[in-house]
Amino acid sequence: MEQQLKQLEQEALAKLQAASNLKELNDVRVAYLGKKGPITDLLKGMGKLSPEERPKMGALVNTVRENVTAQLEEKVAVLEEQAIYEQLEKESIDLTLPGRKVRQGNRHPLTRVIEEIEDLFVSMGYEIAEGPEVEKDYYNFEALNLPKGHPARDMQDTFYITEETLLRTHTSPVQARTMELKKGEPIRIICPGKVFRRDNDDATHSHQFMQIEGLVIGENIRMSDLKGTLDALAKKMFGDDREIRLRPSFFPFTEPSVEMDISCFKCGGNGCNVCKHTGWIEILGAGMVHPNVLEMAGYDSKKVSGFAFGIGAERIAMLKYGVDDIRHFYTNDSRFLSQFHRTER
Amino acid sequence: MLVSLNWLKQYVDIDGIAAEELAEKITRSGIEVDAVIDRSKGMTNVVVGHVVSKEKHPDADKLNVCQVEVGEGDIRQIICGAPNVAAGQKVIVALPGARLPGGVKIKKAKMRGQESNGMICSLQELGVEGRVVPKKYAEGIYVLPEDTVPGSDALELIGLRDTVLELGLTPNRSDALSMLGVAYEVAAILSKEVKLPEIAYNTISEKAEDYIKVRVEAKENPLYAAKVVKNVKIAESPLWLQQYLMAAGVRPHNNVVDITNYILMEYGQPLHAFDYDALKTNEILVRLASEGETIVTLDDQERTLKAHNLVITNGQEPVAIAGVMGGANSEVTTDTTTVVIEAAYFDGFSVRRTSKELGLRSDSSARFEKGVDPNRVLIAGERAAQLLAELAGGEVLEGTVAVDDLDKSPARVVVSPDFINNRLGMKISLEEMLSILNRLQFDVEAANGLLIIDAPTRRQDIKIEEDIVEEIARLYGYDEIPMTLPEGNEQIGGLTPYQEKRRIARNVMEGAGLLQAVTYSLTSDELAQKFTLKAEDTTRLLMPMSEERSTLRQSLLPHLVEAASYNIARKADSVALYEIGSVFLGKTEEELPFEEEHLALIVSGKWVDHAWQGEKLSVDFFIAKGIIESLFEKLGLTDRVSFEKASVDGLHPGQTAAILLDGEKVGLIGGLHPTERKRYDLKETFVAELNLNAVLAAQVEELVYVSVPRFPAITRDIALELDRSKPAGEIIEIIRNAGTKLLKEVKVFDVYEGDKMEAGKKSVAFSLTYFDPERTLTDEEVVSAHNKVLKALTEAGAELR
Repeated sequence: MEQQLKQLEQEALAKLQAASNLKELNDVRVAYLGKKGPITDLLKGMGKLSPEERPKMGALVNTVRENVTAQLEEKVAVLEEQAIYEQLEKESIDLTLPGRKVRQGNRHPLTRVIEEIEDLFVSMGYEIAEGPEVEKDYYNFEALNLPKGHPARDMQDTFYITEETLLRTHTSPVQARTMELKKGEPIRIICPGKVFRRDNDDATHSHQFMQIEGLVIGENIRMSDLKGTLDALAKKMFGDDREIRLRPSFFPFTEPSVEMDISCFKCGGNGCNVCKHTGWIEILGAGMVHPNVLEMAGYDSKKVSGFAFGIGAERIAMLKYGVDDIRHFYTNDSRFLSQFHRTER
Repeated sequence: MLVSLNWLKQYVDIDGIAAEELAEKITRSGIEVDAVIDRSKGMTNVVVGHVVSKEKHPDADKLNVCQVEVGEGDIRQIICGAPNVAAGQKVIVALPGARLPGGVKIKKAKMRGQESNGMICSLQELGVEGRVVPKKYAEGIYVLPEDTVPGSDALELIGLRDTVLELGLTPNRSDALSMLGVAYEVAAILSKEVKLPEIAYNTISEKAEDYIKVRVEAKENPLYAAKVVKNVKIAESPLWLQQYLMAAGVRPHNNVVDITNYILMEYGQPLHAFDYDALKTNEILVRLASEGETIVTLDDQERTLKAHNLVITNGQEPVAIAGVMGGANSEVTTDTTTVVIEAAYFDGFSVRRTSKELGLRSDSSARFEKGVDPNRVLIAGERAAQLLAELAGGEVLEGTVAVDDLDKSPARVVVSPDFINNRLGMKISLEEMLSILNRLQFDVEAANGLLIIDAPTRRQDIKIEEDIVEEIARLYGYDEIPMTLPEGNEQIGGLTPYQEKRRIARNVMEGAGLLQAVTYSLTSDELAQKFTLKAEDTTRLLMPMSEERSTLRQSLLPHLVEAASYNIARKADSVALYEIGSVFLGKTEEELPFEEEHLALIVSGKWVDHAWQGEKLSVDFFIAKGIIESLFEKLGLTDRVSFEKASVDGLHPGQTAAILLDGEKVGLIGGLHPTERKRYDLKETFVAELNLNAVLAAQVEELVYVSVPRFPAITRDIALELDRSKPAGEIIEIIRNAGTKLLKEVKVFDVYEGDKMEAGKKSVAFSLTYFDPERTLTDEEVVSAHNKVLKALTEAGAELR
């Protein structure tokens, strides 16, 4: 019987080794260790043995059984691993093929510039004010110290709709409207919007463009406040190492009036083609609110003062992104628009 | 304004300052120098030549062989093609090796077999603009005065060894529209004195008042002065005067005209010279024109006048349009001997209106428009008399005939130094302020802590305290102003809910794959009302620049369709754009149109294109609708929105819906009509437009958490056979209404039309979800609820499959 058992063990182990997949292995298990298998049979036949032999034989059967089971489990593990390996092999893919991209759009570059400026000023406590694109002559000109017949009206050729209504030539009428609304209260606003001038469209002119106007009114608002504010704007839009300078200028709605230049962001001020070899780039116009403008809106120009500035969004975008033709902003070529997708810095 | 530095030197000492440096100083302190122009343009080897002889070229009709003396005893043969070249002339010669503007290099050459050792030059060849070259020399070489010395530097002689500053003047600084004005500015910047021209001349015993009477019958002319000069000899002006005029961009004509132009540039005071004999009446009457009155102006154009145009007349007919242009009937000609010089002050507004109406802008009108210096009018007349005597051999009659009611007093401004410092955020000392005001030659007195300032009348822009703040700041230097931020802010700042939601709308559109477009608000009449649910009155420009940009739009879609077409024409296989912008509808009580902010989108061509996976999908209605639905979902409005079949000009009648929010129309969505697609060369194209004002104004409830379901939901499917035209939306409505509160969701999961269906029918399958957040539903409850739905559907005539 012992002999028989050894032989069975050898047989089982040999078949087990020969098995090449989990199914064959299972067959081996059923054949040798199953309820109807020979080892079970041997166990059943133990009753015929003498009481002395019985435990010895029992132990021996168990040993064989355990050995076969252990080796079987080992083999199962090997085969399972192999099966997983094969599956992985079969499922492996060409990782260099392009992914299934999610379609994404993005802001227009002008909106991108405007929102960036809006966010800066909102963080400094400003509100965003908006006004109509079709304006009254009064808000566009008269309330801004540009009475009818004023020579400076030449500076901005206007699309009139009637004698008294027009397409606004700047976002400054929003200032006038806000002042009227606030009735003497302090103001901090930024006013982005579309404006219109009688210009033929070419690489540097557009009959429609975008402006962002800023206005602060309060007690003791000084020109140094304007300068500090514009400095913050220049650094935000063109980098922390930008310097600004103010040059005297003229706008009927401010006195004193200035234009602001920034140190050239391309050459750092040494002179290059971007700054026309001057080291400086003209960015915007600004000034202290003219007392006539304050008085017309019901503010006491002896008690309060203010500053205002106006930026062309196209100019900023053209400089910032190196765009060479203003018409790109209004052609809406996807190849242009989609370039303004990614983040900066 | 073009400022010749050679000329400027006559009034202010600028020696030792490089032109670039001067330009920078002027720019930084108030007047922008647009360009610094070196008139010599790097030219070399250009000398005076004496044409000793001229002979026809043997082999060329239009060429002459000239022997030209270009230095003592140095005679060279030069071939010249200019029609006006002649023996005996003094001319400008570019010698071999000379460099001229435009990269021209002069070399020895043979022209049709004849040697040529240089070039006799026109002024244009030396870089002078053709429009300022005297007419006599416009078509040929320039001829120098007889007394010039051959071999001497021709550039020096004709004033090209000069630098010109081009000033970009703002309207307030009309004082710098004169050499003297610029001299005052430069003197203030450099702390120098201004040297005014010395005016002195002899008069003859005859009196001007015996020759001419002046009457003024219009308040637009507070000062009119006339001087009379006899025995004037009309000739070319001396070279120095011509040079200065050309440097200033003015074409020399003859000595009389040139003198008036010279003084115009020198003092900024326009003058006019009449031929005394041509006036015929010994009288000047200034009055308003009678309506329809005509005058032939110097440019030989007949002008019809209006009743508000100010004219100079001889008492009978107009002889000049005041401040704008003289009349041909009283023009100075080569035969003129007696000249009447007009020095007047005309109202700026009147001149501006007249010059604008007549389309006649001149150096003269430009100065009157902005207001000339009241204290220079009479001086300019004196200066003219002097120069007519000196340069035209004239005899000045005694006296000036004038009507003078002009206020010539300076503007007084009283301001405290504290005000100036507070406004600037600076601490400038009183001494420094006084020093600056003195440099500007403002009359100033410090008393009781105040500055009492009389601004010179040449500075018409100085009227109020703030003007003084600017003067102080610009000469002290804007660089000196410190940087601070406004104090005492009581406002928190931020976006309004509308502005925030608009940004969210942009995010939704971009998240859906659309690029933001910006198109023009102005469009054609034809496109203004296209793609609208309801056309309103349009807003049209008074004077459009083109028909294409004449009217304000009522829909964003026409330009978006054009943009899509533009992209497709450039081989884009897909276009997906959105725009947020205003449309202009009808008219408010304030005469302004209602401005409504709209959001519009367009999708055209391919939507999905995963090439190697073999997945391609063209746009369809439901892609556009899905994007709109996503927006409503983001805004929490999904349950309040419905779509209703609609008809819109330019859109597909079977694929167009109005979008309703709480039952009100707020937009449209649809496929582009096949004829429109053909017109714009587009394939499948779908559009939508929303009234963003209405959509973003819709209030939604505060967001409150709803517990995550702990009990299972149960679904039941229904398949119905429907008429093809029956909207699924109506069925969903029926199901929703019939389902009890246990019915949580109804979804369409299949739509089938085809072979297996009867013609005109379709099959639509719905999936219904029943759910109770509090417990697990029993079968009986679900069956009972579902049966109610089935009953309602049967009652509505739907056929269960």
